[in-house]
Amino acid sequence: MHMADALLSPAVGGTMWAASSGTIAYCSAKVRKELDDRKVPLMGVLGAFLFAAQMINFSIPGTGSSGHLGGGLLLTILLGPHAAFLVIASVLVVQALFFADGGLLALGCNIFNLGFFPAFVAYPFIYRKIAGERPDPVRIPVAAIVAAVAGLQMGAFAVVLETVSSGITSLPFSTFVILMLPIHLAIGIVEGVVTAAVVTFVYKARPEILQAAVEPLPVAGHPLRNVLLAFLAAAVLTGGVVSWFASGDPDGLEWSISKVTGKDELKGPEHGIHGVLAALQEKIAFLPDYSFKKPAEAKSEDPGAEGGAKPEGEAGKGEGSKMGTSVSGIVGGLITLVIVFLAGFLLKRRSQAA
Amino acid sequence: MASIEGTILDFKRLDQLARGGTSLHRIDARAKVLVALAFILSVVSFDRYALTALFPFFLYPAVVIALGNLPAGYFARKVALILPFALAIGMLNPLFDREVVVRLGSFGVTGGWVSCASIVVRAILTVSAALLLVGVTGFPEICRALERLGVPQTFAVQLLFLYRYIFVLTEEGARSSRARDLRSFGGKGLGIQSYGSLVGHLLLRTWMRADRIHMAMLARGFTGEFHALQPSRFGGRELLFLLGWSALFIVLRLRNVPHLLGSLVTGAMR
Repeated sequence: MHMADALLSPAVGGTMWAASSGTIAYCSAKVRKELDDRKVPLMGVLGAFLFAAQMINFSIPGTGSSGHLGGGLLLTILLGPHAAFLVIASVLVVQALFFADGGLLALGCNIFNLGFFPAFVAYPFIYRKIAGERPDPVRIPVAAIVAAVAGLQMGAFAVVLETVSSGITSLPFSTFVILMLPIHLAIGIVEGVVTAAVVTFVYKARPEILQAAVEPLPVAGHPLRNVLLAFLAAAVLTGGVVSWFASGDPDGLEWSISKVTGKDELKGPEHGIHGVLAALQEKIAFLPDYSFKKPAEAKSEDPGAEGGAKPEGEAGKGEGSKMGTSVSGIVGGLITLVIVFLAGFLLKRRSQAA
Repeated sequence: MASIEGTILDFKRLDQLARGGTSLHRIDARAKVLVALAFILSVVSFDRYALTALFPFFLYPAVVIALGNLPAGYFARKVALILPFALAIGMLNPLFDREVVVRLGSFGVTGGWVSCASIVVRAILTVSAALLLVGVTGFPEICRALERLGVPQTFAVQLLFLYRYIFVLTEEGARSSRARDLRSFGGKGLGIQSYGSLVGHLLLRTWMRADRIHMAMLARGFTGEFHALQPSRFGGRELLFLLGWSALFIVLRLRNVPHLLGSLVTGAMR
């Protein structure tokens, strides 16, 4: 259930980045304060363990398919929420860079969906409540399965929200939910069973590991509130900044939705912020409406000289409408591709000759 | 992912590529990380019917592959591996979005197909940007760059630690898994019971390894940071690299270059 860059808009991606980096900063400070330097190598090696464990499959009886461990909940049970969140985030970074699971912009979403929900919601509010202070072989499986299912459902629902409010796919919200949640119910049950099996094994072999993870944690509620506040503040702040720069794009999205599908149910949570900027947007958005011949004018209006944040809407918006009429766009596209690959090829020849 | 060993080999190959000595490899990692982010942001900021306007962005991966002397076929294969996922989501668009937006003679293309194609192109661009960043920079360098860009030290150290032990533990996991496969007959013994204790044992060994590493670290005076052999600096070259690419991305984002080209050509033909 990794999100992909291709389905994200910069506003949603940026907001989730802010949320995840806020949580990472909070957890880092927290882990640092614990001053348990045994945890430093332990976290690193457990991340690598998770990597290895995810590669090992087991067969699911009766279905002919196989499953593997996701591991978010397992790590939280072993390490506590703060350290576990950092480990999950680090594993996702490696997966994004080496295996192209998700992508760099989607990393914020993925860390949040796969890390935050198991570590800061499913574990303190479900697993700990069911497993209690003194876990035993009956409570552990029940708690693990319920918590894993709940965590994955929340993650899957977040994926739906993020995708739909990005507006790249045309899937309606309800269809997407109906598609995602049952699939992740099955995945959640498998994940819960696996987590229960491993935790039970550890409980039998080295019960002190589980006990140690329970003790330093002052039971939920308090830390969670801090995390929530921290990432909320970060999200609102950066979300506001990002969507200021990105304002043109969701604007183009609204436009295309009402134009093409005739319904506007895809409005995301970003909308509130956009309402504030509506006046500005309107001013910008007038200009290039259906006017391909005046890109120069459109450009003079753009305040977008700021580093990477340049998604002003005009160009994208204009070309949505232009697409309808022009063969020239397609011809030009093909020419561009040929030029690009020729350039790459020639550069490569040159650098090899040198 | 065919086999665990195959995945590890693939992983190692990408890791090896970062040891190249081209001028692109020598640029400070911070500049490369920022350019990759700028690239991805510009690509995803297009609206969902943008298709041809995305094509000029292929220039960036093409130039990086060329200047970084990277194997194009290898990256193409890696990108192709994830395309089915992008297609799976993208293929749903034509079902929901049936309005015709492009007409080629009597043949109408619906908005759904255009946005589906757009998703695939986006996926190719963003995924190759991430993979090429690793191929031309290397993971440890990226971590150090992130730390110098403000990522908390605890997290940067976690990333470096994870990376150091990934190879060790995946190989150990692969050995265990192969041993289990060799002992299973007719699919027996591959179920959840043996899996639970297999992974559990792997976990306990990992735990003990962490204890040993911790003692070794203490003996060597580890203070919580990794030191780089050659600290690189963010100089004029880096600034030029960053500003040059960012400026290009901005121009390509704001002006539909293929469209200009196309209208030039078709206009001339008319």
